[in-house]
Amino acid sequence: MAEVEESNKPLFAGLSDISISEDIPVEGDISVPVGSQNTDNDFSTLDEPVKDTILRDLRAVGQKFVHVMYPKKSSALLRDWDLWGPLLLCVTLALMLQGGSADSEEDGRPQFAEVFVIIWFGSVIITLNSKLLGGTISFFQSLCVLGYCILPLTVAMIVCRIVLLGGASIVSFAVRLIVVTASFSWSTFASTAFLADSQPANRKALVVYPVFLFYFVIGWMILTFSPSQ
Amino acid sequence: MSAPQGSTNTNTEPWGSFDDNIIQGSGSAVIDMENMDDTSGSSFEDMGEMHQRMKEEEEVTEEAAATEEDNGEYGDFLGMKGLKGQLGRQVADEVWQAGKRQASKAFNLYANIDILRPYFDVEPNQVRHRLVESLIPVRMINFPQKVAGELYGPMMLVFTMVAILLHGMKTSGTVIREGTLMGTAIGTCFGYWLGVSSFIYFLAYLCNAQITMLQMLSLLGYGLFGHCVVLFITYNVHFHSLFYILWLVIGGLSTLRMVAVLISRTVGQTPRLILCGTLAALHMLFLLYLHFAYHKMVEGILDTLEGPNIPPIQRVARDVPVVANVVVNATIKSIAAIVQSQ
Repeated sequence: MAEVEESNKPLFAGLSDISISEDIPVEGDISVPVGSQNTDNDFSTLDEPVKDTILRDLRAVGQKFVHVMYPKKSSALLRDWDLWGPLLLCVTLALMLQGGSADSEEDGRPQFAEVFVIIWFGSVIITLNSKLLGGTISFFQSLCVLGYCILPLTVAMIVCRIVLLGGASIVSFAVRLIVVTASFSWSTFASTAFLADSQPANRKALVVYPVFLFYFVIGWMILTFSPSQ
Repeated sequence: MSAPQGSTNTNTEPWGSFDDNIIQGSGSAVIDMENMDDTSGSSFEDMGEMHQRMKEEEEVTEEAAATEEDNGEYGDFLGMKGLKGQLGRQVADEVWQAGKRQASKAFNLYANIDILRPYFDVEPNQVRHRLVESLIPVRMINFPQKVAGELYGPMMLVFTMVAILLHGMKTSGTVIREGTLMGTAIGTCFGYWLGVSSFIYFLAYLCNAQITMLQMLSLLGYGLFGHCVVLFITYNVHFHSLFYILWLVIGGLSTLRMVAVLISRTVGQTPRLILCGTLAALHMLFLLYLHFAYHKMVEGILDTLEGPNIPPIQRVARDVPVVANVVVNATIKSIAAIVQSQ
């Protein structure tokens, strides 16, 4: 090391002069942190049979269905949100509600695309509204909750279809009205149990109203559905 | 490592600025690109050499000139290994980073819903108060009336009107051939709210009225509350006279309120007349249109039901509204008969 000339040199000038003497051991162990097991886990779902993947997803969806039917204060719906359930419900509802061609006598029934668009754009608008009012849940969590809470209305649709098999009369209308009203209020109650928690206390009504309107429109579409003769 | 020769102290900064001797010293930390053995084609000198080499190759093999030229031209541009070269990779990386930065800047600017957040800052009792207020015309028109600039109430009212319109269209069995029921309802309501607001704002600009676009949107939005009430009642109870009374009373009140607010913010007789006349006409006519456009069908049913021979279900899309309407109309007719007989 150049000790003699160090004091005469300006700052940093001696950097290039440094050489490592041999009595300082420079040795060690470079080991890669064990990430191989994690990567194995990440890729292992690719190797499993398709049946396992589908069953796992279906089980998750089914679990969320249970949470909707018995709305307790659990965060399962919010924590691992997924959009498979809403898609399934939306497609089922739209298929059951769709009408014939525009030239038939039974006009004015919603088409498949109409129901689809109502559900998804309605959910987006409600989510935006709740975020603008100061909500704390994320966009997709809210979409997930609103989509899953359509389940009671889908059940009501199936019941209405079955009731209509027995013909259209005042009794069937009364039964359908009761069923649809019950399921629509269940939907609204279930979704507010999840959504309203994320709002400040005095603004819950502001968030609940659009949700009420949304499920009311869907409930109305179900109630006014009549099959073609 | 030898000490640098002939070094001059060019320290001008307190932290010891970059020294020339470091750059000029041999065996320094700076890599000399000319002596690189790496043939990745990253330096310009290497690229020049390769270009030269390939030109010579082309001159030698002239029979396969077509394919080799194509490949060669592509390879010439970025060096022998083309896009796999270090220069190509760096360029691609920088382009990607710049693009990502631009995109996230644009996204944060335009898709930021926080821009709208202040307009949704309301309490439920405020909304309720404003809804009721929208039917009460103000008395004082001599100084500008306060208009709340919020968008929650108007938006909810527009959606409520969409729902009511949908109900009305279904009960009247409206046939929409080139479109959907929902699309028509949304288009009508939002089109009215946004279009008429913009038009009146434009007129207000011409007539020198002191009102902003947000305030106009808010005012017209709350003015739709009267429409919602009237439509909700008259889509279920079909009496022409009832509709006309409600049209004049409730529609008139909500129009008067909007007109009074606008008058209080405009100076001069003619501008006031133009602005308020236009708004009043549009508002009242819209209610009239909404009622009659989706109402004719049910009118026809009522008339036919008066006669002894009730034709089979005709011009009605579903059984629900017929039953409901018949029940309601029968009840009201009986009540009217009882009232008249007393």
